[in-house]
Amino acid sequence: MPARGPEPQPRGAIIRGNRPIDQQEAARRFMDAPEHLAMHDQRLWDLRKKRDGQKEIIEEWEDLRQLASDIKTHTLTHLDTYLEQFEKNAIANGVRIHWAKDAAEHNSIVAGILRSKNARSLIKSKSMLTEECGFREAMAHEGITVVETDLGERIQQLDNENPSHVVVPAVHKLRTDVAEVFAKTIGSDPNNSDVSYLTEQQREHTRPLILKADAGMTGCNFAVAETGSVVVCTNEGNADLSANTTGLHIVSMGIEKIIPNLNSLAVFVRMLSRSALGSPITQYTSHFRGPRRGAEMHIVIVDNGRTDRLGLEKFWTSLKCIRCGACMNTCPVFRRSGGLSYGATYAGPIGLIIDPTFNRHKYSTLPFSSTMNGSCTNVCPVKINIHEQIADWRQVLAENHEIPAFKKSMMKAAGALLASPKLYRASLPMADSALRHLPRFVLYNRLNTWTRGREMPHVPKETFHQWYKRTRGVDGKKK
Amino acid sequence: MSSTDSRAAIFAAIRANRPNIQPPLPEVPLFDEKAPSDLVTAFSEMLVKMGGKVLDPQGQDPVSALRAAVAGQGIIATCVPELHGDASLQIRQILPEMDPHSLADVEIGVVRAAFGVAETGSLCLTDDGLIVNTSGYLPQHLIVLLDPSQIVANLHNAYRRPELSTHRYAVFQTGPSATADIEGVLIHGAQGVRSLRVLFCPKQG
Repeated sequence: MPARGPEPQPRGAIIRGNRPIDQQEAARRFMDAPEHLAMHDQRLWDLRKKRDGQKEIIEEWEDLRQLASDIKTHTLTHLDTYLEQFEKNAIANGVRIHWAKDAAEHNSIVAGILRSKNARSLIKSKSMLTEECGFREAMAHEGITVVETDLGERIQQLDNENPSHVVVPAVHKLRTDVAEVFAKTIGSDPNNSDVSYLTEQQREHTRPLILKADAGMTGCNFAVAETGSVVVCTNEGNADLSANTTGLHIVSMGIEKIIPNLNSLAVFVRMLSRSALGSPITQYTSHFRGPRRGAEMHIVIVDNGRTDRLGLEKFWTSLKCIRCGACMNTCPVFRRSGGLSYGATYAGPIGLIIDPTFNRHKYSTLPFSSTMNGSCTNVCPVKINIHEQIADWRQVLAENHEIPAFKKSMMKAAGALLASPKLYRASLPMADSALRHLPRFVLYNRLNTWTRGREMPHVPKETFHQWYKRTRGVDGKKK
Repeated sequence: MSSTDSRAAIFAAIRANRPNIQPPLPEVPLFDEKAPSDLVTAFSEMLVKMGGKVLDPQGQDPVSALRAAVAGQGIIATCVPELHGDASLQIRQILPEMDPHSLADVEIGVVRAAFGVAETGSLCLTDDGLIVNTSGYLPQHLIVLLDPSQIVANLHNAYRRPELSTHRYAVFQTGPSATADIEGVLIHGAQGVRSLRVLFCPKQG
């Protein structure tokens, strides 16, 4: 056999303008890469198991979940009150507040702040909102250099890829993939894929960029109305470096990040990292209440579709999400298909219910990328009924004619059959007998998506109705 | 559209769309009925789990343990009075007017925590304690002094402390900087400090 190099990294979903994402196609390519598939699946399942370990240690775990969910219900139904309170307190602390309706406005506000300070280079910590806004691309058009300081996010930036997971952005990559990216971009040894070596290379390469930068940016995990402070949770300390090294700190914050007070914050900080990584807390939980002496702090508060989501009766509770990624770590579809297969900023179960609120057509296929096992709902620290919302989205999309014709005609046929008990009972023995006797190639082919990757269930010799009739007779009495 | 117009539009959309229910804000209990009686031990165990270390006070004098830990280690920068005035050590005193970048060459930073959290092994560092915020991140290594009487049981108690509502900047630092972004392999020293040691040392004065 010829010598083989490291397995090439499968790339994510192919984006074709506004056409619906073919998640299945990208997932199949991921599954065709056995080393990537095995590492990804094991790594995420390991995080899920660590999360379970934390849940066992904390006796009040279920109380905390309920509190977190109730606090979010209260806050989201009083969002205007708390945003006003937050704004007032932040301004009193010396922070400049900006409001952005959408992604474009967010980007232009930040560009404006940077321009006013003659800032050409920006260091930033990870933020899903800035991903949502296409922030780095927009800054490139403004001639502003953006350097991601989170290791996983930096790997993705250097590889021109989106993050594949909300907490561990490069989790789909093998160390050999990282070695290849770093060799091409920061000049590390292409043959050295030792993880400590790679991490150290990034530290040495990024640190001078941090020290040279003109401005710093962070996301926002929580915004506390009572104090006007923003809270950022990282393990690398990169948010603190991004915020404290230069004289300008810009915070990018979604309107749903608001929580009422510090007592509420305790609940979320106790849940976030335990749900995400199975660690008791992130190494750094940083509270920024106001600018440092002689420095400036700006907060850009962004809507970008969130107020629309608030008006969706079945789906508004998705705004409770604290982006821990627990639903992704537990999802069998996510673990086997990789986050990039979803072709959207938010992947996995939470993505399935958020993405269609951004674009119903483009993301119309995503709510079907689920086994509906309900595991996502079980692990969610803020008790979002994720799998029920996935089912609800399927219904909404069907009503809006946003599902493929083939799937629709199958569902129509199934609907007619299920609506008529007579027809249903008559069809069962025929179908069962056909399943027992049909040759494999008829069942296991391209048209039957069910049999891709799994065997058909064994067919019983008789139906329940046949058994009942045989053993209990027509009058229901035991023979 | 100006930011003011957008503000008005966002508030109008919230008021038009918010679910029409009035659920109350729940009371959050302290959850500390079963807190360990020895918070110092509980704190130390969690600190070690999170990758930190406890500096052995070497007898009765924590300051001599501190001197021993920093002697001959390169550039030392301190926010604490404990090491001041010792001419035998190359100590750089961190002062409020110093530029944040000026700490980039520091090997060991020495700071004092406002308090500790037993539940997580976290140290609360504030802007006053750090003097220059980057003193907690730019040095390669960090030694944190902690008064053992200033440890709270859990995060609920921590958030009731005044530090979180009075300081412009306060951080719960828990062990050294860490990452597991490549294949889940845990590495200390991602962007912030490579190591973190805690020395129990009652506050002077």
